[in-house]
Amino acid sequence: MISIEIDGKQIEVEEETTILNAANALDIKIPTLCYNELIEPYAVCRICVVEVIRRKRTRLVTACNYPLRESVKVRTNSERVLKLRRMNLELLMARAPAAKIIQEMAAEMGLETTRFPIENPKESCILCGLCVQMCQDVVGAYAIGFADRGSKREVSTPYERTPETCILCGACAQVCPTGHIRMTDAEERIIHSKLSLGPNAAITIPFRQAIPNVPRIHAEHCIHFKTGECMLCSKVCPKDCIHYDDKDEIEEFEIGAVIVATGFDDFDPTPMKQLGYGRYPNILTGAEFEQMNNAGSPTGGKIVMENGEEPRSVAILHCIGSRDENYHKYCSRVCCMYALKFAHLVKEKSNAEVYQLYVDMRAFGKGYEEFYQRILDEGVNVIRGKGTEIVPNRSGAGDGALLVRCEDTLIGKFREIPVDMVVLCSALEARSDATDLARKLNISAGADGWFIESHPKLGPVSTTTEGIYLAGVCQGPKDIPDTVAQGSAAAAQAMKMLAQGQILMDAAYAEIAEEFCSGCRICNGLCPYNAISFDETKKVSNVNSAMCKACGTCVAACPTGAIAARHFTDEQIYAQIEGILV
Amino acid sequence: MAKPKLAIYWAAACGGCDIAILDIEAKILDVADFFDVVFWPCAMDFKYADVEAMEDKSITLTLFNGAIRSDENFHIAKLLRQKSVVLCAFGSCAADGGIPSLANLFTLDSILDYVYLQAPSLDNPGKTIPQPTTKVPEGEITIPRLWNTVRTLEQVVDVDYLIPGCPPQSDQIAAVVDAVIDILKNGKPLPPKGTVLGATEKSCCDECPRERNIKKITKFIRPYEIIAEPNLCLMEQGIVCLGPATRSGCGAKCVKAGMPCRGCYGKPINVRDQGAKMISALASVIDSTDPEEIDKIIATVADPVGTFYRFTLADSFLRRAQV
Amino acid sequence: MSFEPKILGILCNWCSYTGADLAGTARMKYPANMRSVRVMCSGRVDPGFILNALRSGADGVLICGCHPGDCHYVEGNYKCMRRIPLTKKLLADMGIDPRRLRLEWVSASEGARFQSVVTGFTEEIRTLGPLELRELNFDAEHPAGTAQEISAAAS
Repeated sequence: MISIEIDGKQIEVEEETTILNAANALDIKIPTLCYNELIEPYAVCRICVVEVIRRKRTRLVTACNYPLRESVKVRTNSERVLKLRRMNLELLMARAPAAKIIQEMAAEMGLETTRFPIENPKESCILCGLCVQMCQDVVGAYAIGFADRGSKREVSTPYERTPETCILCGACAQVCPTGHIRMTDAEERIIHSKLSLGPNAAITIPFRQAIPNVPRIHAEHCIHFKTGECMLCSKVCPKDCIHYDDKDEIEEFEIGAVIVATGFDDFDPTPMKQLGYGRYPNILTGAEFEQMNNAGSPTGGKIVMENGEEPRSVAILHCIGSRDENYHKYCSRVCCMYALKFAHLVKEKSNAEVYQLYVDMRAFGKGYEEFYQRILDEGVNVIRGKGTEIVPNRSGAGDGALLVRCEDTLIGKFREIPVDMVVLCSALEARSDATDLARKLNISAGADGWFIESHPKLGPVSTTTEGIYLAGVCQGPKDIPDTVAQGSAAAAQAMKMLAQGQILMDAAYAEIAEEFCSGCRICNGLCPYNAISFDETKKVSNVNSAMCKACGTCVAACPTGAIAARHFTDEQIYAQIEGILV
Repeated sequence: MAKPKLAIYWAAACGGCDIAILDIEAKILDVADFFDVVFWPCAMDFKYADVEAMEDKSITLTLFNGAIRSDENFHIAKLLRQKSVVLCAFGSCAADGGIPSLANLFTLDSILDYVYLQAPSLDNPGKTIPQPTTKVPEGEITIPRLWNTVRTLEQVVDVDYLIPGCPPQSDQIAAVVDAVIDILKNGKPLPPKGTVLGATEKSCCDECPRERNIKKITKFIRPYEIIAEPNLCLMEQGIVCLGPATRSGCGAKCVKAGMPCRGCYGKPINVRDQGAKMISALASVIDSTDPEEIDKIIATVADPVGTFYRFTLADSFLRRAQV
Repeated sequence: MSFEPKILGILCNWCSYTGADLAGTARMKYPANMRSVRVMCSGRVDPGFILNALRSGADGVLICGCHPGDCHYVEGNYKCMRRIPLTKKLLADMGIDPRRLRLEWVSASEGARFQSVVTGFTEEIRTLGPLELRELNFDAEHPAGTAQEISAAAS
């Protein structure tokens, strides 16, 4: 350790520490431009210049790359330092007059103009080379480098062509201190259906409530998985948590209960050709509209059309794919209320006219009817009638590029409403793999694909399989409060079972008398609950009585009569039959 | 001390059971040595009058093979019951009705009509059908009246034990002989009445060496239609094998030879009707949930009664066809 | 006296027995000819039950389960659906009209359907007439006198 003094303050630092880091430790700010802690300092901008007093000799050095090896005094803001820093800034101003950060720094230092001639007023590159170093040393792509020499020196791609080795990682733009390098998107149009909730980094926590709440690397976006280099995240991680060789693994857990909360799929309105979804611009599903409204979306939560302009009018169509004989007969339950919320959002964020086209307004919950009233008061046009067709507004009359056709059943008239944007409140539907999952879990799914609870009134959370509970929309359309309630109930049910540590079984179940079982395995494939297993060593089948639900199918099928159904034995049933027919 | 007395009788059966007894080879000498054979029409000359002259319960053991389908069968069954301490239904016919009980699918008249008048290989210009009584110059002669319905031995007289099989396997017979000698010599207790001897409590599958898996049947196949996989459960190959619903004890000889079990050892201990149980088991593993497809698959089962009740029709719930 | 059929009903616990209950609580009238046995699932129905019922004096057997796809036990009714046609085929070969055996799907909410099924089946059995199994028991075939005569004649 060596003891140094910076601007009169003492600090002990390890040898080879740079002045910049030592000053940072003392909270003394030394301005920098080309410094990046991830990259070996190149000391090209000379902004970080400081005075070092070693023995009796005073020298001007760059703080970013001057290693401390003995006890010295450092001055970061002496007259001499500031003078030189101003001079360097003036030179940079002449070199890169368009760089905003240099202008700001200059203003801070009290500089307004440069005394040196400006060659290119649009230039913003200071030739610091951070980008080149990043691309070569960190990314390992070697896509950019310096070209030419002297006053013609510039950062360029080989032969100024789009380099094949560029992996579009954007690291060069990320490190560029002056914003000279920018990532540009070839597609300028806003495609609503392709909006995401902001750009994804190559290493992120998947979403805020993710469990476990830790970042994961998206190998398809990560530089390291493209070039083998970078590994910056592991360099900055203080706990050595980054493991590039981690792979997806299948782990087996012993569990005591299962809560099925697999949610739903969004109904895709593309097959409803009359609605023009996917064919005409600015027709969105509810989920897409919701995504656009999110503050984290690329539109910043603004309601805009594909051309970036605010719509003049928006139509919100209820019951798309639900309450519809051709698609889903059931009511999706959440759409009325979110449609009203959408209307409110449009009114709040824009000056657009809003049309609600509903079949029946189902504002059924606490505070919902009041919200409906509020929407009406906000001046939303509410039309009772299903939107049946959307076509381009070729005549151009009215405030809209699209025409929504409907029958207004309250006035008994056919209407065409010109709008710029249409939101389709599409149905909630069961996940496409719901029946597979139902089979795996031995629970039942109805004709619509929603999982069936053990009793519609008295067992809304449990299933016919002991220890498997349902939560949320996988059991049927429901809104957030209902989902939370059911989820809590499912958790409580599961906890109750787990806490008890034992389960109460029905007295009726099947059992196999081993001494009579010959291992024909006829029963093996019959149990809907997989309660029957085959003992390969003893060559007999066994019934797990805790899983058995006492249907008796295996009992009837057992050709040796080795399986008995408690309380429904062959003897009992034969006696009943013979007795009843006397 | 007098030797225990043994009687062996052949009622409505093919005679295979008698041969099976001889098939116990050297053990037959033990039988001859230990027992005094008082009645065995197939092997030695006896008259019914000899038996009738015996004292009641003077025969220690009677092995009765064959179903009951005539007045004569019935008469001898009753006679032997009266004279025997232990009456044993020997073989499928006596125990379950056996092949002869498939006659219960027809009426006696239709059988006589076919056998004596319709069968294509006949030469019966006089259209003679046997009659119970016939007048001849020497007087009137009678033959035993045939019954319309074939019965098991147990349905007409009280039976102590059953030895199933068509025929019972010789090693099982030998074991039973040993057990009987052991009981008589050493005063061991008799097994409870109604016990099935010479068989085990499991089903034929227990002795079957073929590999078994979860079963799914999409078509029923008759054995001649395919060359069966030698090591795989026949039922899984679509062949109706009665093994699962048949008592074991035979050593699974048929399935080892590539032929499906036909069920001669009768119903397992916990089963009341072999055919119904087999129907239940077999239909359960049909791989379809579509009624029309199920009908199509079931249409490939040839002759359900002859398949599922080949040896047990007289012993089944319905016992005979309503014809 | 007119013929009153004796019918055995085997009803599954979850759909048909409950459907029968519903018919009862709704005061729906149906013929009293059916005597019911409850099983947990139509998949519990062993063809042996049917044959035993016919042997024990039933003129017809009605089996009711949940509608396909609605089985409380997921697919128990499909097993029943497979056993019944094979049993019917057997009955036909045994000279018993297969119409005497019927499989129907009645859900817990179908009290009215239960009523119409039982009524319809009872009427069908009524037209088919009584099922008299001939020569079922040995004694019926050989009245005591005859058996003794044979015995006496032989000895």
